[in-house]
Amino acid sequence: MDPTTKFAGLPLLAWIPVLPLLGALINLTIGRRLSRQTVHTIAIAAVVGACALSLFLVFGPLWAEFKSRDGVYSIEQNVYTWIEVGAFKVPLALRLDTLSSVMILVVTFVGSLIHIYSTGYMAHEPRYAAYFGYLNLFMGSMLILVLASNMPVMFIGWEGVGLCSFLLIGFWFEKDEYAAAGRKAFVVNRIGDFAFLLGMFLLFWATKDMSADALFTAASAKLQAATDLDPELKGQALQTLKQTIADRGSLDFANLANPAMGKIYVEGFWGGERLAAAAGILLFIGACGKSAQLPLHVWLPDAMAGPTPVSALIHAATMVTAGVYMVCRLSFLYSSSTTAMIVVATVGLITALAAAFMAMAQTDLKKVLAYSTVSQLGFMFVAVGTGNWVAAIFHLGTHAFFKACLFLGAGSVMHGMEHGGSATPGDIMQMGGLRKHMPITRITFMVSCLAIAGILPFAGFFSKDEILGGAFLVNPPGWPAWYGEILWIGLLVAALGTAFYMWRLYFLVFSGDERSDSARKAHESPASMTAPLVVLAVLATISGAIGLPHLSIKLPAFTHALATWIAPSVVPNFFDPITGDPAIAGHASDTMTFILMGVALAVGAAGIGLAWLFYGRGPTPTLERLVEGPLAPLYRASKAKLWFDEIYDVLIVRPFRGLARGLYEIVDRFIIDTIAVTGAAFVIGLLGRVSRWFQNGQVQRYLSGLVVGAAAVFFITDCKTKPTFEYKRAGDMIELHASPGAGVVGKNSKLTWDITGDELADNDATGKLLAGPDVTVRAGDITSPKVTLIIEDPVTRKTVKVTRVIELAVQPDEPQEGK
Amino acid sequence: MTDILFNVGYGHFLVLAAVLFLIGVAGVLIRRNALIILMSVELMLNAANMTLVTFSRMWGGQEGMSGHTFALIVIAVAAAEASVGLAIVVAVFRGRRNVDVDRLTTLRH
Repeated sequence: MDPTTKFAGLPLLAWIPVLPLLGALINLTIGRRLSRQTVHTIAIAAVVGACALSLFLVFGPLWAEFKSRDGVYSIEQNVYTWIEVGAFKVPLALRLDTLSSVMILVVTFVGSLIHIYSTGYMAHEPRYAAYFGYLNLFMGSMLILVLASNMPVMFIGWEGVGLCSFLLIGFWFEKDEYAAAGRKAFVVNRIGDFAFLLGMFLLFWATKDMSADALFTAASAKLQAATDLDPELKGQALQTLKQTIADRGSLDFANLANPAMGKIYVEGFWGGERLAAAAGILLFIGACGKSAQLPLHVWLPDAMAGPTPVSALIHAATMVTAGVYMVCRLSFLYSSSTTAMIVVATVGLITALAAAFMAMAQTDLKKVLAYSTVSQLGFMFVAVGTGNWVAAIFHLGTHAFFKACLFLGAGSVMHGMEHGGSATPGDIMQMGGLRKHMPITRITFMVSCLAIAGILPFAGFFSKDEILGGAFLVNPPGWPAWYGEILWIGLLVAALGTAFYMWRLYFLVFSGDERSDSARKAHESPASMTAPLVVLAVLATISGAIGLPHLSIKLPAFTHALATWIAPSVVPNFFDPITGDPAIAGHASDTMTFILMGVALAVGAAGIGLAWLFYGRGPTPTLERLVEGPLAPLYRASKAKLWFDEIYDVLIVRPFRGLARGLYEIVDRFIIDTIAVTGAAFVIGLLGRVSRWFQNGQVQRYLSGLVVGAAAVFFITDCKTKPTFEYKRAGDMIELHASPGAGVVGKNSKLTWDITGDELADNDATGKLLAGPDVTVRAGDITSPKVTLIIEDPVTRKTVKVTRVIELAVQPDEPQEGK
Repeated sequence: MTDILFNVGYGHFLVLAAVLFLIGVAGVLIRRNALIILMSVELMLNAANMTLVTFSRMWGGQEGMSGHTFALIVIAVAAAEASVGLAIVVAVFRGRRNVDVDRLTTLRH
């Protein structure tokens, strides 16, 4: 596509985020005056429009690029130059490549469904327009994040989605705990964002600071030496190189990923791969905040305070996956640092295990799903941490479908329970037997549970199997061979846990008998809510087909569509950024692939079986015995979410609150309030009281001030005007200069000089009387160092004598001067 | 000592003028009676006249008359000022039976 293609003055690509942003603008400004019908029509039209435009751009121009040319698989459009400071330039540019195309399709598609679902779920909400406005604002920010062509623009989206997340978690802020949940999400995300910024600055610093000339010389010499390249290609490469160096510090992803830049990560900072590791880990901390990884996961379970469609869209399907997407986007950076990759994979694994464990004893429907999301995000981070970018994005997509379906199903269940009269609609202990009352919800929920548990042929099976297989085969340079197997075993345990807690949830909600009146009275939700469920369930079933494992049997091309499609936008899992050589990745034989798939399937089935055993017809007595007996400590740990909140409370919240209290008492109350504010007022008051004594309106008081002032002026001026004289040596002559002052001695005074020390007027060598303010005498004629200026005033008949001892000896090099 | 007493020069006139001026200033500052204050102002004006005449003689010699002229103008103006001032003081005294400046605060409030 021609990069200058515009529609209504804006580049075509920019319309994808702009459409939802416009919707947000309308709904947030004049939405309150519009009818509900208009509000949701605008919101849905904006998102569906963005979805349609995405589909057109991906399957039209981008597809054509992908088919026709080699090397260029992206459409870039510049809206305008946002920041330009010296050589540093940040254009507000958007780039659609194969990686971001998958994201925008998932985001706009799931987003459209959730907007439609919201019209049913939020039908009775008083702040209807605000809700849809925030939702649209979120869509716009998310699309900016995904489409950004450089890090600062990505950061706009990154912060934008954080803001919308905060607004929507605390949407029902009338309840204190909901508002607190919003604040918690915001604060925890800020911690991550701070690290993200640091990582970004580090990259900027590294790419800006390098010696451009040296780099260019080295790289162009290497190019010239390559004799097997044809000259035209060489010229193009040189041109690219020049552009790269001109763009240094631009933080554009394409520039950063340039092989010439790759050297910087390895050579530019302390040597070794440390820059890549430091930047990668800092950015990953940012991803931890956004994607709820340990130890910054604590906000996500609380985020369930928001409306359920919001949980589905933001806190399951899209926003929380931004961290995974960011790491994939920066695949070139992470691939060049084994350390950063290991950190990512390890944190991902620990999160997957811990969150799965915490999910097991939760009794709130949405809390279980929240921990499940944290755990699944852990899986995705293991995938990116093993360089398995395709699997990460694959799982991201399938997870978006089945988790959105689960959340929307949960919303539907809670909707039904609420209509049945339940005050705690999320309590799964009150449910049971809902299969009879909510058939559509139940079927779609079951399909999604099968998908997340990893049962063939549902989508989750293939995506999770890709992650497991990738982890099993990974062998980072310099690490033992069993590293991958450890990851694999850990993931299997997490997968077992996933299957167990998801099916525990399913059985508790839908199987057995109703455990409360509200469950008996529950009914199916309206079509606007069930239709998206059905669509998502269908996708959760079939979307696995585009990412089948590579086998020696020839499968149709579409079964590997995702891998082929994403490959140009990411780099191989581990590579040497100097040579650009990928580390040899392990490749599984067909037998191995089938064994791995079989094990994963068996583990999923075992998890479901266990869940059925304990919860198949509601909670069993065996289970209660176990929970109160041998498993009691584990149960308590899971129930208390591993005491993360409590530990943070003791380690961070309380000391911080103490510090804030101290600052408040000392800095605010004492230094600022007492000293700076009250103190300043007191000093001014004191000055006022003093000046009030003068300014009392009595002329006599003013006059006394005037007299004292005048006397002072006279005294001071008189001090400075005593008669004196100066001398200066010029060669062997001495110049004498009289300053008679301004006292009693006036301009008519007669000035004579004594140079013999007898205090009587003397003549000079020629016999002339030394008189007048300026005289010059030979140094030799001065017989005494005591020189006297004699001032005679004819009017007052007064004589004043000023005597000074002057320096006669000549210093060899410096001219004598004195006063 | 005798020199100072009998050899009268410009210095004597200037010192006398300064003493008169200070007496006038002290009177203006210390006394509260409007009449006395007016008298003190007259004293200060006369001290100023005296220095004018002295300096005129000092710098202008026998012929210099500008200082003397100026002194005469000051005397004329002072006479006018004194008549206006005295008229005000008399008017105030008629109204209030006293001319204490500390109590003449009607215009301040």
